[in-house]
Amino acid sequence: MFSILKKEIRSFLSSLIAIIVIVVFLIANGLFLWVFKETNILDAGYANIDPLFDLAPIIFIFLISAITMRSFSEEKKSGTFEILTTKPLTDMSIIMGKYFAGLIIVIFAILPTLIYYYTVYKLGLPEGNLDNGAIWGSYMGLVLLSAGYVAIGLFSSIITDNQIVSFIVSMFLCFFFYSTFDYLGSFAIFKNTDFFIEWMGISYHYRNISKGVIDSRDIVYFLSLIGLFLWLTKIIFSSRKW
Amino acid sequence: MSIRVENLVKTYGKQNAVNNISFNISSGEIVGFLGPNGAGKTTTMKMLTCFIPPSSGRAFINDMDVELQAIEVRRQIGYLPEHNPLYTDMYVKEYLQFIASIYQLPNATKRVAEMIELTGLQVEQKKKIGQLSKGYRQRVGLAQAMIHNPSVLILDEPTSGLDPNQIVEIRNLITTIGKEKTVLLSTHIMQEVEAMCSRVMIINKGQIVANGKPEELKQQFSSDIILMVKFNQALSDAQLKELRGFGEVKPIAGAEYQLVGKDEEAMKALVFNFAVKNQLMLSEMKVNENSLEDIFKNVTR
Repeated sequence: MFSILKKEIRSFLSSLIAIIVIVVFLIANGLFLWVFKETNILDAGYANIDPLFDLAPIIFIFLISAITMRSFSEEKKSGTFEILTTKPLTDMSIIMGKYFAGLIIVIFAILPTLIYYYTVYKLGLPEGNLDNGAIWGSYMGLVLLSAGYVAIGLFSSIITDNQIVSFIVSMFLCFFFYSTFDYLGSFAIFKNTDFFIEWMGISYHYRNISKGVIDSRDIVYFLSLIGLFLWLTKIIFSSRKW
Repeated sequence: MSIRVENLVKTYGKQNAVNNISFNISSGEIVGFLGPNGAGKTTTMKMLTCFIPPSSGRAFINDMDVELQAIEVRRQIGYLPEHNPLYTDMYVKEYLQFIASIYQLPNATKRVAEMIELTGLQVEQKKKIGQLSKGYRQRVGLAQAMIHNPSVLILDEPTSGLDPNQIVEIRNLITTIGKEKTVLLSTHIMQEVEAMCSRVMIINKGQIVANGKPEELKQQFSSDIILMVKFNQALSDAQLKELRGFGEVKPIAGAEYQLVGKDEEAMKALVFNFAVKNQLMLSEMKVNENSLEDIFKNVTR
């Protein structure tokens, strides 16, 4: 698993995908948090970095799909899939290697935003006057959400040998799981089941954790989502044997 | 037995890609796997390397089942897939190091250096794989297949698309390495088989149609002796008629004739006596041996 993980991270870095993703993520967030009028922290008057946590899930829909789209598609297209699968590696160790490589890149994109936290911390009046619980909860939620997106992205990559298809499917699935259930839940026709429908979406649980209340049910939700998509990936991965 | 295959079948839909084949390869053999395109060579190799499982039947590498002990089997084989897929954006050394790390080789750096030397990649070792010519890529593919010193090598068309010099180089490389290993290689080039292989298997429509040493096959499949004769001048009709009395004669061009018969020595004697009697000079006489190519054409028709 570690040899795959190492190789993936190196190829992310050498193909510049990782760097582009990290830079784009940080520039977009920087602009929305500090420059654009509507979402500007400095003008808002409150010492928090909520705009970051509202925005990041949307940006990640694009960026994480871009990171994961090539992980299996490219191997399939170039035939190196056959090299990997005839080496003494279990299917799961290949998948997990690629999964953690993607997740590590995403975490490296999130880490620099701690500078924003530090800035707001210093700007608070009095200094350090901000809701730490909510912020750390939000960071945890963001990491869990990214972990879910990466799993979705890997699944989208294994189903096709075309990177563009994989990218679009991944964006669709991430968006679907992030916010569609919210909209569905707001329709009147679902009446009493609306809570359950909202509960199925990522954003419901993400909001919960963002409040700083770490509920085991939310954690279990994210872990199940990740597990589900990695399991589906494993099934498709082994489908060459059918 | 290094490779043992028992009643192997692979079906795609209704089509039998590999239809009930069995063979044994003992260690140290270099076996050439021949067959027209789509005969089932690659499918067989993919099953032996645990890429796809057989529909029925069993295959063993070093007495380990390819289905039940897949990971252990993969440790023991070196595989060069068809078209030699490679990570084109990796450096040669980086790629070999990556493969070495998959096999968890204890002294990976040393082993990578050895492979680079063995396959003659020294000059190219700092380049990206994408920048290499086809011949060098093939060497990277071979280096990748042999880095963990496997006892069984499975090479799917190792020399396809190379120029004649490169073919000879890769061939020498395989023969050198093949001295202590079992090698199963597929190819379309008959001379290659005759130059390298101790045994030939010909597969057609998913079934093995010939299996044996090249010389054995030539004997087994040869029927008629073809004698090519060249005189110093074209034969007159009367002379031709006389020669026809001995057997089937076919004029080729000018003073060249082709005789078909059963007994090589008797035919030679006949032609010689005929020439002496008619005061002709024999400028050429040779037996056209049944080449592997002819056998191939015969059994795969």
